[in-house]
This record gives sequence, structure tokens and C-alpha cells, in this order.
Amino acid sequence: MTVMTDKKHTTENLSMKAGNQENAKKVVYDTKDLNLWYGEGHALKNINLAINENEVTAIIGPSGCGKSTYIKTLNRMVELVPSVKISGEILYRGRNILEKGYQVEDLRTSVGMVFQKPNPFPKSIYENIAYGPKIHGIRDKKILDEIVEKSLRGAAIWDEVKDRLNQNAYGLSGGQQQRICIARALAIEPDVILMDEPTSALDPISTLKVEELVQELKKDFSIIIVTHNMQQAARISDKTAFFLNGEVIEFAETDKIFSNPSDKRTEDYITGRFG
Amino acid sequence: MAKSVVHDSGKKLNVREIIQEKKKTKSINNTTEKLIPKILFGIAAISVFTTIGIVLTLLTETIAFFRDVPFIDFFTGTKLKPLGENAVFGVLPLLTGTLISTGIAMLVAIPVGLMTAVFLSEYASEKTRRLLKPILEVLAGIPTIVYGFFAFTFVTPLLRSFIPGLEPTNILSPGIVMGIMIIPMVASLSEDAMSSVPNAMREGALALGATKLEVTWKVVIPAAISGIIASFVLGISRAIGETMIVAIASGSSKNFTFDVTQSMQTMTAYIVEVTGGEAAAGTTLYYSLYAVAMTLFVFTLIMNLIAQYISRRFREEY
Amino acid sequence: MKYIDSTQVHKKMGTRLIANTLAKTLFLLATLFGLVVLIVLIYRVLKDGLPWINMDFLTNRLSTDPGRAGIWGAIMGTFWLMLVVAPVTMILGIGTAIYLEEYAKKGRVSSFIKTNISNLAGVPSVVFGILGLTVFARALDLGSVVLAGGLTMALLVLPVVVVASQEAIRAVPQFLREASYGMGATKWQTIKNVVLPAAIPGILTGVILALSRAIGETAPLVVIGIPALLIPIPDGIFDKFTILPVQIYYWTIDSALVAEYANLAAATIVILLLVLFVMNSIAILIRNKFQKRY
Repeated sequence: MTVMTDKKHTTENLSMKAGNQENAKKVVYDTKDLNLWYGEGHALKNINLAINENEVTAIIGPSGCGKSTYIKTLNRMVELVPSVKISGEILYRGRNILEKGYQVEDLRTSVGMVFQKPNPFPKSIYENIAYGPKIHGIRDKKILDEIVEKSLRGAAIWDEVKDRLNQNAYGLSGGQQQRICIARALAIEPDVILMDEPTSALDPISTLKVEELVQELKKDFSIIIVTHNMQQAARISDKTAFFLNGEVIEFAETDKIFSNPSDKRTEDYITGRFG
Repeated sequence: MAKSVVHDSGKKLNVREIIQEKKKTKSINNTTEKLIPKILFGIAAISVFTTIGIVLTLLTETIAFFRDVPFIDFFTGTKLKPLGENAVFGVLPLLTGTLISTGIAMLVAIPVGLMTAVFLSEYASEKTRRLLKPILEVLAGIPTIVYGFFAFTFVTPLLRSFIPGLEPTNILSPGIVMGIMIIPMVASLSEDAMSSVPNAMREGALALGATKLEVTWKVVIPAAISGIIASFVLGISRAIGETMIVAIASGSSKNFTFDVTQSMQTMTAYIVEVTGGEAAAGTTLYYSLYAVAMTLFVFTLIMNLIAQYISRRFREEY
Repeated sequence: MKYIDSTQVHKKMGTRLIANTLAKTLFLLATLFGLVVLIVLIYRVLKDGLPWINMDFLTNRLSTDPGRAGIWGAIMGTFWLMLVVAPVTMILGIGTAIYLEEYAKKGRVSSFIKTNISNLAGVPSVVFGILGLTVFARALDLGSVVLAGGLTMALLVLPVVVVASQEAIRAVPQFLREASYGMGATKWQTIKNVVLPAAIPGILTGVILALSRAIGETAPLVVIGIPALLIPIPDGIFDKFTILPVQIYYWTIDSALVAEYANLAAATIVILLLVLFVMNSIAILIRNKFQKRY
């Protein structure tokens, strides 16, 4: 019963937006009836979400609600877990990424990802950033130099590391490492950047820097960010989806979700009654 | 190509486009991607082929051997005289040689190895352990040929000074040295088993006023018993297969005897002696090499399977 | 009603504590036994061998005359042998490990290969010698040359490299693989550019340990048919050869005839142990230098 009404909510919200908002915004990711199982566990249930380009979409919800699973499905990283079963459709730029024969490598080239824990490679800062361009066949040193500088500037860390590009990235602080990881994702100029709780391992000041960076990046990229920090979602996102037990309870403008949620459970979560 | 992109668009660099461009020539990449797992599977299969190769070579020549020498005669014969006119092939002298040397070795390796393991796991402080463990590693890393030299030129003369009847080549001395060689193996495998016993079990007994010795004897060893026994079995397997120590220090007498002061030959030493003499292919002597090697192979394989079975079957889950 | 008589317990406690102390001393002595043996062994070898080591001993050819005999041939034989063993065992060992850890599905095939490798590790080295003699030396008609011995040795130490490489690959954190896949890298690109570079210290340690095992092995090569007295110096992998441990073997058993051969054997042992010491030190250095970087 509740599932039915929820679904209606979501679709209503979406259609409403399509009517009200400026029509220029295109949908980059359209998820239709997505279901996902880890073995017997039903982790995602009938997800329907349409995510716009050049916006920041936040995904919130308590631990274990499926938000991380969902974002990892968007670039099919979830398949690294054995025994995963998926049904439904995820249209990226109009094409179903779950269909047979879709090249995951192509998808992941267009869709960058930043992970929960900073995970630079145990290589130099330069090599970290150049990793993506190199595996995609760019060998020209001049071009690589240019990409490295551009990406590091884009991730607002150029000034901090420009004099030690050849040092191991593990010598940096956690916050710097995470911005290196963002720069690494920027280096292949993705279309979408997925961020899976990118600040959960960082101190408040580093968190603030990453948040500012996300605001900046929004101009050029579509960003989908999973967070369990509601203030963060409220601060940086344009739209917010609230996940609970593998379902999307509510998806709307961030302002609306936080000021006037239409579902009781959303309100309970936001006001801190659980989660 | 790539350079022109930079020049054409001046300062503006479009990485996305370059990557798209490169993607088109990527079919080679796809073939590599499909080929690599197949090549690696082929490489991994070589270890299996090695086993098959060992079994096949041993088996075919062993069968040829049993055409010349009846199966029963081989396994019940107490007389081994491979050379000369009336060659006789009874494997029992070699089997007793192997079993006696293994027995002596385990009489040394089991008590000393187990006590070492108990000391390292239960009594030694972290500092002492870090000091003593490398000694075991060094002992384990010494080539067996060096132990063979040691048995022949030092242990045997030493033993002869208080066992007057000891022959210059005998099974006792290499047996003892083999035991010393196996101590590190028994000690480190047993210690692994003991240190994986959770501390809570020890603390429970210590809190009741038990001494460390009692805790070791009544709690730790029973809990780690499968790993400890597996280490003994692996030690036995190692002793059965050990070659150079016995080949050097036990001589080549093929007498059927149980007297440890005498020279005896093990299966491994027989193989070394016969191949060293370059037995001509096709002779019974040559085939006997494979029959003995096959017996040896089966013995060690059974030991290894028992060890694997014990440690898998009785693995304590904490 | 008291079940436990505390005076009784106190009385007994004394003997229990004494037993504990005695046991502790006994266990310590057992542990030190290994050290004592090691010291005696090294002392003996040095005492017998050291006076015989000089430039002539290192650079001379073999000879039946103890005063003129040298081990240059055995040194070169060991060198050429390693030149075969190292690449062959590395390719086979690392390849197998990558297959088992990264590609094989956790099913029958991979557990069969794993069981097979652990059983192979338990096969006596002398049996590998029989395999080498039958397949490489005779069936492939190579003869008792470096290549035949090297291939035999490579198979013998293969399990060491496989197990060490597997452990090293497994220790590479999953998040590094995820980072690479997230950039659109393929599986092989990820293995080649991320997993292997991160695992290389562990793999190298395993390879060095495997090679030091091979350097000290004697039985398989005696079985393949290395002559007791080989005068020519090997000059390639198709030459007949001898190696340090085999030379130690022949000199030791012949020392019953010529007493000085025992000194030659001891001197050769000193050289062999020196080589092993250097190799193991390198392995330990690598292990310490690259420990825990994440």
C-alpha cells in the first residue's frame, strides 16, 4: 500500500518539476523500476528517479538504506560484489546502461567517482592525476602536464601541491588526498561525478573545502552526492532524494524537503527522530 | 594527432574529445582483455600438468618394473641387491630405513619443536619472541646439504665418542640431524595454531588461579590440537622425503635391520645412488628407480592429504 | 560448608608454581637448543672452511688435487641455473597467482588448482629430480644441462612464488582497484597499473626466497645426473654444469678417501651460506622498506 502511494509521490514530483522549471535542464540519469538484490537481500526496491544535468543531487537516508548501493549502480561498480542481481533500467543520456553489451569502461569514463575514503594510488601526485588520461591512451607529456595542472586547479588544490607533484600522494593530509581524488576524477573530464559520502572521513575544515568545491564544479558537471550529513545536503544540493529501506520515500527540491516534506517519514528523519 | 588538438584549440584543451578519438583505435585493447585471462589460465594449468607429469612418468615406468619383478616380491622382499648377476628387488630394507630415520627425526623434532612453540606462544614476551624467531627462520633456511655435512663430519664423530659400536655411516646421526632440521617447521606451525587460540580462553583459566603451565596443558594445547598434529604430520612427510642428509651420513648398506647404529639406506638415498651411477634406461635397475620413487611419492602424498584433512576438518572457529 | 579448603590450595600452590617455573626453564632450553646447534654448525664450518678460502679457491677449476681445486665452475653453474630458474618461476608463479586471485571464479577449478599447488609443495625434491631426468633430460633430449636443471628447479620452487604472490595480491586493498575501475580502466589495466605495482614488494620477497631455496637444493640435480668432477666452465644454458651444493655433496662423501675434501666442502658451504645470507637480507630489506603504506 505505502509503496504504491510513494511511487505516485515521486512521479508527481518529477512531472511537476518538468512543468515548472526552466525547460533547458535535461535529464542525465533516468532510473526506471530499478531493483537490486545482494544474494537474497532486496537492497533496492522499485527505484524511479530522474536526475538533471548541471545540478547537485543529494541522496540522504539512514545507514543501510541503499543510498551507497544506488550510486554504485549508476556506474555499475556494484557489480564488483559477487552475487548481485539487478532488474529494471537506468538510462544514462538516453541509453540503458544495464543492457547487454554496454561497455562499462565507456560508462565509467564519462561518469567519474569519488569514494567514501580517500583512495589515491600509492604513486606520485602527478601519476595519480595522469592515471586516467594515460589508460585512455594519452601519452603526450605536454598534454598530460596541462591536464594535471588543469585538474588540480579545478579541484582547488593546485597551489598546495604544485611544488611537490612528484611526491607520493600518501604524504598528503586526508582532506588533500580527497581533493586529489576529485582532481583525478576531473582529469578525464567526465560528464557526471558520483560522490559516495566524500567527506565522511574528513575533518570539518576539509569538509568545508570539499563542499565549496562541489558548488564550483556544478557549473561544468552534474553531481550526485550521497551523504548522511543532512546539513551538508541542505547546504550544497539543488535536489534531495530520501532513501529508506531500499525505497525512495521522497524526491524533491532540497528547500522543499527540508522545509516542508510531504512524507511523515522524511520529516521524522530530518528532525532527527531516527537514523 | 594529439598535438594538433592542443594547437588547434589553443589554450582550450578538450580531454573528452581526445579520449573519444583514442577510443576508436581501441579494438586491440579489447582483444588483450579477452586474451589475458586465457593465457593466465594456461599458465596456472602448468602446475596441474606438473603433477600429471610426475604421476605419469612414475606410473608408466613402475608398471614396466612390475613386469620384471612381481608386485608381492617387491613389497615383501627383505633382500635388496640391485646390482650383479642375481639382482633381487625387495623394498623392505629401504622402507625400514626410511621409517626408522623418520622415527628418530620425529623423536627429536616433536618434543623440541612443541616446547619451542609453547615457549614462544605462551611464555615469551613480545621482545624475546622477536629475538628468537629469526633463529628458527635461519635454521629453516639452511640447505639440507649443509645439515648432511654437519651430520657426517660432526654429529657422527660426536656420537661415536660415547656409543662405541656406532658405524661411521649409520642411521642414528642423520635421523637426529633431520629432526633438528624439522624443528622450525613443527615449532612455527604449532605456534601459529596456539597463537590463534583466543586470549579470552586463557584469561578465563588464569582468572581461576591456574598457572601458565596448566593453562597451556589444559586449555591452549587441546584447543590448538588439530594444528599441532597437522604440523607433526607435515614434519613426518618432510622427513620421509628428505634426501641429502641420509644420502651422505647413512651410507648405502641395503641390509634389512632395525639396529640404528648401522648403515641403512632410505628410499630417497637409493634414488640418488642409482641415478648417480647412471643406470642404463630399460634395465630393471633403472625401472626400480621409478618403483621406489612411486612408493615415496604415495607415502608423502598420503601424509600431506592427512595433514590437510586434519587442519580443514578440525579447524576451530572462534 | 566449604568445598574449597584454602589451606590445602595454598599448600598445593607451591608445587604448582615450582612446576610452572621448571617447565618454563625447560621450554626456554628447548628454544635455545636451535640456537646452540646453529652456533656449533657455523663454528664448525668456519673452522674447517675459512682457511681454505682464497682467490685461487674461488677462481680455479675443479681438480682431484685438493690443493688446486676451485669452485669457479660451480659458481658459474649456479649463476646460469638461476638465470633459467628466475624468469621461468616468476612468469609461472606470478601468472598463476594473478589468475587465482583476480580471474578465477571461486569454484571447483580454482580450488582444484590450489589443492594441487599445496600438494606439489609437499612432493619430495628428489621426485622432481626424477621428473626432470625423465622429461627434460631424456624425453626432450636436453641432457644434464643447465636448461634441464633450471626447468626442474623452477617447477620445484613454483609453489613458494605462487603462495607469496597470492598473499601479496590479496593484500592490495580493494579501494585501489575501485579507484581504477572508477576511472574507466579495464580489468587488465587495473591489474597491470595498480594491483601489480602495489603487490611487487611481496612478490619480490617470495621470488628471492624461492631462489634461495633453489640455490641450496641438491637432490634433484644429482638425480638429473651432474658428474662428480666436471672440469669445463659452463658458458650457457645448453652446457653441462655443476653447482655449489652438488659440489659440497661429492666432496663430503669422498672425504672418507681424501680428508682435505671435507675442508673443501666446508669452504664451499661458507660461500653458499654467504650467498644465501645476502639474498635473504635483500628480501628482508624489501619487506621492511615497503611495509604498510596505506
